[in-house]
This record gives sequence, C-alpha cells and structure tokens, in this order.
Amino acid sequence: MKLLTHNMMKSHCKGVINGFPLKLTHSQIETKEIEFNPDFINRIISRLEWSALVEVANQLGVGEGLPEMLPESQQIDDEDTLKAIHHALLEVDVIEGELECPETGRKFIINKVFLI
Amino acid sequence: MKKRQLESLLQDVEPFSRPKMDLEQYPTDPHLAASVLFTIQSSFGDIEDRNVLDLGAGCGILSIGCVLMGAGSVTSVEIDNDAISDLVDNISGYDMDDISIVQADVTHLPFRSGRLFDTVIMNPPFGTKNNEGIDIEFIEAAL
Repeated sequence: MKLLTHNMMKSHCKGVINGFPLKLTHSQIETKEIEFNPDFINRIISRLEWSALVEVANQLGVGEGLPEMLPESQQIDDEDTLKAIHHALLEVDVIEGELECPETGRKFIINKVFLI
Repeated sequence: MKKRQLESLLQDVEPFSRPKMDLEQYPTDPHLAASVLFTIQSSFGDIEDRNVLDLGAGCGILSIGCVLMGAGSVTSVEIDNDAISDLVDNISGYDMDDISIVQADVTHLPFRSGRLFDTVIMNPPFGTKNNEGIDIEFIEAAL
C-alpha cells in the first residue's frame, strides 16, 4: 500500500463519523524506484490531507524533506521538495501491516493489497 | 504509443483463473481495452499523468493499460480474492510498481469524500445475474 493510497482511504465501518486517517501499525515497508513525474505530484498535492501524510511518513521514517505545511498556492517549485513528496507518496510501499479505524478499532490487513 | 502496440502489449494479461458467474467475471479483451484507453487518452487526455481509479478491476487489463499509457497513478478496486490473486500475478508479469490494489465492494468504497481521482475507468458487471442495477451502482460510485 502506498502512502498516496493511505491518504485517500477512510474507514467504511457503519456509523463512523470520521474514519480518517486509518492508524497504521505493525508495518513492514519496502522502497521502490518509481519514475519521478513533477506534474503529477503538483496536481495531486492539493487533493491530499497534508498533515495526515506528514504524520504517517514521519511515523515510518520516510518524511524527510516534507514541508510541515503546504504553501497557500498549493504548488511547489523546489525540485528537491517535489522529489521528497514523490518518494513518500509513491516509492514507499507498506507490504505488510494493519490499518485501524480510528473510531471502532476495527482492523484492516495489508498484505500486498489493502484488504477490506 | 500506438494503439496496436498497446493492444499487443495487453495480449499478455492472463484471464480469470476461477471466473465467477455471479460476479459476471469476464476478461475485457485486449482489442477493446486498447481501443477504449486509446480514445480516452487521445480525445480527452484523461490518462497520462492522471490519478486513475479502476472500479471492478478483475484481472487488471484496464489498470495495466493505463500504466502503459503513462497514468500518474492507478488504484484498482476489486472485491474477489481469486481475481485479486490474478491481478497481482498479472501486475508482476508486467513488472509494474505503479498500481495500488484495494480489496473492497464498489458500493461501499473506503475513500474519503472529495475529488480524489481524475479519471474512473471500468468495465462493470451488467446486472444479468441476479444483481440488477449493479451497473448503475458502479456508475454512481464513480460519480
């Protein structure tokens, strides 16, 4: 599971009011090399819940270079920063782990795929 | 990439190993997949650099096709364990790391609200197997 995917997922348990973000535990990660596409990164950052990304990236130790907050314009010009975002979003793969609904505590397993 | 090249590359996508009638699992054929994806990209520019969601991904031919056509990221949603296993095998056959697989029911998608994806693609079940209206549910989920 990439962190980009994690940033989009919320719990779909019944009755949950705010099931985002899912808490990640017992995770094992792998890093892959993915082609850097600055246009895609700039397009996607305005759709992210930025603080959730920073939090989980730091938790996994892959948050280096990520700004604490996005600028007003939600566009980034600095290539190193874009590469750091690219790395965190797409190159880190959680190959095993558990995601927990923040309200019900229900767990979802990650094993190559995110499972419901 | 030319349409014929895409079609030829998609010939290697393996079909369902254990197709289930009640889920209307049939593979989208490479010619159709290539035509659809090529049109989406050439007429609308909606694949390259885009964040794509494939609902009911099955064996993954549309997802794989999108990666081949330069999608920024592809997320594939599929409910069935066996299909997911085929999907994982197909993706590794193409040596791709750009596809994220989510096992979920399309009518209960686990995504937060908002415009997260640029493009949603699907070849959904039609509702011929005691699941009338499922095609509409897929479309509603996409919207």
